[in-house]
Amino acid sequence: MDLSLGHFIGLASVLFGIGAIGFLVRRNVLIQLMSIELMLNAVNLTLVAINRWMPGNHAGQVFAFFNIAIAAAEAAVGLAIVISVYRLKKSVQSDSVDLLKH
Amino acid sequence: MSGSGELVFWFAAALAVLSAIATVAMRSPIRAAVGLLFHIISLAGMYLVLHAHLLAAIQLIVYAGAVVVLFVFVIMLIGPSAETGLGTRGLLVRTASGGLMALVMGAISFALIDYAPRMLAGVENCPPGAGAECGQYGGVKALGGVLYGAAALPFELVSVLLLVAILGAIAVARGRSADETEALKARKLARASAGGQ
Repeated sequence: MDLSLGHFIGLASVLFGIGAIGFLVRRNVLIQLMSIELMLNAVNLTLVAINRWMPGNHAGQVFAFFNIAIAAAEAAVGLAIVISVYRLKKSVQSDSVDLLKH
Repeated sequence: MSGSGELVFWFAAALAVLSAIATVAMRSPIRAAVGLLFHIISLAGMYLVLHAHLLAAIQLIVYAGAVVVLFVFVIMLIGPSAETGLGTRGLLVRTASGGLMALVMGAISFALIDYAPRMLAGVENCPPGAGAECGQYGGVKALGGVLYGAAALPFELVSVLLLVAILGAIAVARGRSADETEALKARKLARASAGGQ
């Protein structure tokens, strides 16, 4: 059986689903950030795979490149917020950040 | 695609799924970070199968070299309280939403594995009549040509974004020194007494 685009997109959607489940179910902010990285990586995989089946240009790979740069910036700012919240609440549980709820 | 590429695909796919599950399911964040590291390495292998050589290298350098190290650094900084329980608030709703997500994404991936080959059958890597450029697909020269040519403006904007992210991360994560805290407290006290008069 030859590899087709469907294999890659199917795998990417499985990985995206795992990341989304992790983000929804876990309450540890660090693990939630890692789940976001999983979802971004899954999207990158679809972009690169679709680009492979349409090799006339490099649009998909360039988008994946920019996604990687933006994911790095997101991780840096997100982890800075985690440190700031930890300093305030002494906890990395996202349930502990409910100032706007009450 | 060649047979060896297929082998690498299945190996990397199994590793990617298992390490993603490990990332999400591990109780200790440091173990989750190691799972994320393996996930990223397996996706770099997947990029090699897809002839995106430069992206595979960038994936390893930026994700495995920078993002995972940043995660590990923050986990070490926070210490043992980085490990939290599952939490009881809204556990039923959370489990239900997770199950719903699994159902939807499972259905999508099932449908895509079934339909996509027929949709795009016969589209090969190098179309017939392609020039010498086709052999350079995914290499440094080809991707760099796009990055510094058609995508030059967003490329420069990304450098500005990274600069802003660095400044923002420093501004958010930076704590106050003891002197600054004292000065802030004194200023607040002075304002309160001025308002009370």
